[in-house]
Amino acid sequence: MGYFELIIACIFVNNILLAQFLGNCPFMGTSKKMETAVGMAMAVIFVLVLAGTITWVIYTFILVKFGLIYLRTIAFIVVIASLVQFVEMFLKKSIPALYAGLGIFLPLITTNCAVMGVCVLNIDKEFTFMQSLTASFFYAVGFGLALILFAGIRERTLLARVPKPLQDTSIALITAGMISLAFFAFQGMV
Amino acid sequence: MAKTIVQEFTKGLWQELPPFRLVLGLCPVLGVTTTMENGLGMGIATTFVLFGSNLLVSLLKNIIPQKVRIACFIIIIASFVTIVELLMQAYAYPLYLKLGVFIPLIVVNCIVLGRAEAFAYKNGLSHSMADGLGIGIGFTLSLGALGAVREILGAGSVTVWGDMSYNMASAFPSFQPFSFMVQAPGAFICLGLMLCLINVIGD
Repeated sequence: MGYFELIIACIFVNNILLAQFLGNCPFMGTSKKMETAVGMAMAVIFVLVLAGTITWVIYTFILVKFGLIYLRTIAFIVVIASLVQFVEMFLKKSIPALYAGLGIFLPLITTNCAVMGVCVLNIDKEFTFMQSLTASFFYAVGFGLALILFAGIRERTLLARVPKPLQDTSIALITAGMISLAFFAFQGMV
Repeated sequence: MAKTIVQEFTKGLWQELPPFRLVLGLCPVLGVTTTMENGLGMGIATTFVLFGSNLLVSLLKNIIPQKVRIACFIIIIASFVTIVELLMQAYAYPLYLKLGVFIPLIVVNCIVLGRAEAFAYKNGLSHSMADGLGIGIGFTLSLGALGAVREILGAGSVTVWGDMSYNMASAFPSFQPFSFMVQAPGAFICLGLMLCLINVIGD
């Protein structure tokens, strides 16, 4: 698979949120306002690129080499959790403006299954290092795209008159279904 | 907070029924419920992890320091997820292949971490076990129900157990399955409508 196809596949065809259902908690949780959606999208792109490459290196050069593949889940979650902590401390110290922008979204990323999911997918699909790097970045871009699109629509549904039982999460899920249907049109492109 | 063990158990079945009352852990809910069997399998795996992590967290709650508790919870949960992964590879390999990436992702299921943090870390052993089991069974039933609805509408028939199955065509000969339901968009819409139904019943 060429890199161009990989990029299209990661952003649109296999969109992490709408086609693979990973990272749906922040998708529902942070999409009520455009501002928080943008913050979350940026934080995910930042962490996912780091996590995707680092877990690939650890898996290939440590776990496979020493026959410890069964420790994959534990190793990955520890790497992701400590990476998020480290990134948080680093940003606080050196780039306070960015830290203030990402703020509360950074710690939430530890339990974002999009991050862990992409790390596992990179391994399952037997990607090379460069492919993992590309896939991690563009999966994150796809996440951001879907989240920001969804936040734009959700801000408007707040103003619409929705029947009472359908309010809030229920209508949000149905809206997400419609966007997912739109993304469905990309199926079979790659 | 003086609830009996039975109350802790039953609240997971309705009052705090995940994922409808507690809108957490949506990824497996949407991702694996293409058939009822997958939904139930995922639910049982999650219940095991939830029960084990609640038990261990509540046992160790006096040893785990406040500041690093989240990291400790995650390690405990990850250990149980690894146990489930290995058990499923040994005894339920076809199901393991179908659920795929969602099995390791139980680690980051917000429900499991949420119960450890909000309940097991503050409550006694027997209450935590009841809570974990109740929430887990509630989660399993929800996943099974969602899977059954999607399978009936999307594929036209539902496999109940082994060879036993219910076919829509026998009751409604003109029924045409709409495959939309077992694919990605159907998951969101079906969950949204079920949430709406639960809200109506709840009121």
